[in-house]
Amino acid sequence: MENMINIYLFGKKYQVPAGLTIMTAMEYAGYQLVRGCGCRNGFCGACATIYRIKGQVELHGCLACQTEVEEGMYIATLPFFPLEKRVYNIEEIKPNQQIMMQLYPEIYSCIGCNACTKACTQELSVMQYIAHAQRGEYEKCAELSFDCVMCGVCSSRCPAGISHPQVAMLARRLNGKYIAPECGHLNDRVGEINEGIFDEEIAELMAKSVDNIQEIKDMYNNREIEK
Amino acid sequence: MYKIDRLNELAKIVAAKRPENTALEPRRMTAEEKDELLANFHPDYKQGEFSVLSAGVNKGEKVPTQLAELLQGKSRISAADVDLNNPDYDTDVLIIGGGGAGASCAIEADEAGVKAMIVTKLRIGDANTMMAEGGIQAADKPNDSPAIHYIDAFGGGHFAAKPELVKKLVTKAPEAILWLNKLGVEFDKEPDGTMITTHGGGTSRKRMHAAKDYSGAEIMRTLRDEVINRGIPVIDFTAAVEIILDENGKAAGAVLMNMETKELLVARAKVVVISTGGAGRLHYQGFPTSNHYGATADGLILGYRVGAKLLYADTLQYHPTGTGFPEQIFGALVTEKVRSLGAKLVNIDGEVFMHPLETRDVTAASIIRECTARNKGVDTNLGTFGKAVWLDTPMIEIIHGEGAIEKRIPAMLRMFGKYGIDIRKEPILVFPTLHYQNGGLDITDECATGVENLFAAGEVAGGIHGRNRLMGNSLLDVIVFGRNAGIYAAAKAKETAVPQKLTLEHIEKFNRELDEAGCASGTLSPMLLPHYARNSK
Repeated sequence: MENMINIYLFGKKYQVPAGLTIMTAMEYAGYQLVRGCGCRNGFCGACATIYRIKGQVELHGCLACQTEVEEGMYIATLPFFPLEKRVYNIEEIKPNQQIMMQLYPEIYSCIGCNACTKACTQELSVMQYIAHAQRGEYEKCAELSFDCVMCGVCSSRCPAGISHPQVAMLARRLNGKYIAPECGHLNDRVGEINEGIFDEEIAELMAKSVDNIQEIKDMYNNREIEK
Repeated sequence: MYKIDRLNELAKIVAAKRPENTALEPRRMTAEEKDELLANFHPDYKQGEFSVLSAGVNKGEKVPTQLAELLQGKSRISAADVDLNNPDYDTDVLIIGGGGAGASCAIEADEAGVKAMIVTKLRIGDANTMMAEGGIQAADKPNDSPAIHYIDAFGGGHFAAKPELVKKLVTKAPEAILWLNKLGVEFDKEPDGTMITTHGGGTSRKRMHAAKDYSGAEIMRTLRDEVINRGIPVIDFTAAVEIILDENGKAAGAVLMNMETKELLVARAKVVVISTGGAGRLHYQGFPTSNHYGATADGLILGYRVGAKLLYADTLQYHPTGTGFPEQIFGALVTEKVRSLGAKLVNIDGEVFMHPLETRDVTAASIIRECTARNKGVDTNLGTFGKAVWLDTPMIEIIHGEGAIEKRIPAMLRMFGKYGIDIRKEPILVFPTLHYQNGGLDITDECATGVENLFAAGEVAGGIHGRNRLMGNSLLDVIVFGRNAGIYAAAKAKETAVPQKLTLEHIEKFNRELDEAGCASGTLSPMLLPHYARNSK
């Protein structure tokens, strides 16, 4: 017999085998999930969940697909949280401090409680990246927030009403587009392709792909592979 | 530490041989060796797992048994269930599916000045794009060229791809990277802006661009943000269950179903784009999958019922390195980047049994051989095979220095760390996982299917990768062909009048064909979501 443990889904008690994730435990209990289930691999943030172990004070944030069930876990999924995303034209904005003040002024109401960081399902320094955003340090904000899956648990705990994942999203786009160095060889290659430099060579390969497959096979099997 | 002592003991054998294994340069297999390996051990070659279709445009061709059941299944609706004369939505371009291809398509259609709308059965971004870890290919370095990329992709796909699609893939690749970069996608770069690129299995140049090991997530969240900024309508938790045609047999919209309330809705459109992704959740041959929850082949069913042809629907990609242990993450993807960075595949005796960067089909078949015929796998008691091989991740820091794993593959470090396994110090267990649908709806280089005004892009389309796809060519595919579909669908919409007479007559017609052929499976399709609830029907 499997080692069974007790968990509480939305307050209701279920016995499930130890070792399941919260998500598979819900399915074991009989839930056919529509909401709160996305990639099932910890990348999409669809399965944001909060739980508390019976008798303990601390409230935890987690991803249901990445977290093993524990005895006495009180579980509430958070399949949607109303994050506030402000719209902007990426071509028109500039990576200065003003843009954050304009789009997300509430970040300056941060009271420094650090509840966001404690709740983060990815163990990110959420309050710290918000501090960088406040100062217009988008490169640092982007770096610290990079692993964010935008599950929204941080925002659900924020007394200032900050939508942290959206702030970080803006910082990363500003960093990627305007602050990180431009790539010279990429620009060059796009230019060469548009000039048609490779057209003839590609056309020959395409013709051989149809008429002379053996030659293509030889080219493939004997091609030089960069070390 | 592994929670099972036996595995910790076996890991010591790997550790003991690590210094010599790290230095080793394993030879690559010859073309003949690869052919023999594939024929004997690749799941695509197991004839008993396929069925021949008896109805529809691909009648007489074989597809995986589970897919045949859905293709020859029963529609979720009949024509009488909806009022086609009063559409709930009216748009120029209706995009079914909110992954990387759908979002790219929507942005380009919007850019072209037509009305685009995305419907998705989950949320925008709940897609395999989000989960692509390793990277995206583009021949943008001086020692590389689109022609070299062409040979890698065409050869890696066993010379079966459609040349005009490969051409588009490789020649539009650098532009795709530039487009993404200009949208704000953060690629890994040197301080001077040079892209940090690595090899993938089967590449002859280091052309794998990455955003750590969140490459797809970084791309997808940026595209999603852009779709929202542009005000493009996204109708979430709403699945397409049938394509609607007009009186001339052209695509003219879709019947939609609210996933929560089951309400049926009608969307009318001048052009329809199917970008619904793959099929990993059908668990072909009992394999686990690295795919997202909604990867249930819906687009193939929608297209097939209205007469769009499939190409290479019998070839699937089993990613060689799915997680083999522990159970909680069994089948989850271990990015190929782990091997790109130098980790090698090792058997129970601590022997490196192959070059780690052969193409995916060859690598998967080789791991299956190691775990079956050669009996050199490690017992895990998980999945149909119950075995796995080691992937010696600590080699990465021997080669690239301490800190390399946290910097380059943080998602992997986190995923295994949650189960007490420190991939910087301990090797991990891997086994092939169902990863990608190589084939799909047959398209032209303008993303058109055989049904007029019906387009397809992304994993749901076939022909770009032949019979095997290289790492980093699918993220590239969803961007290049997603954009391409948006451009051509928008152009088509501009020359198309609002469809007048909408019909669902194809449902009855297809039902009759199934009955006459005696092959109706009776299974409701498209599947929409897998049935994982215990005791579910």
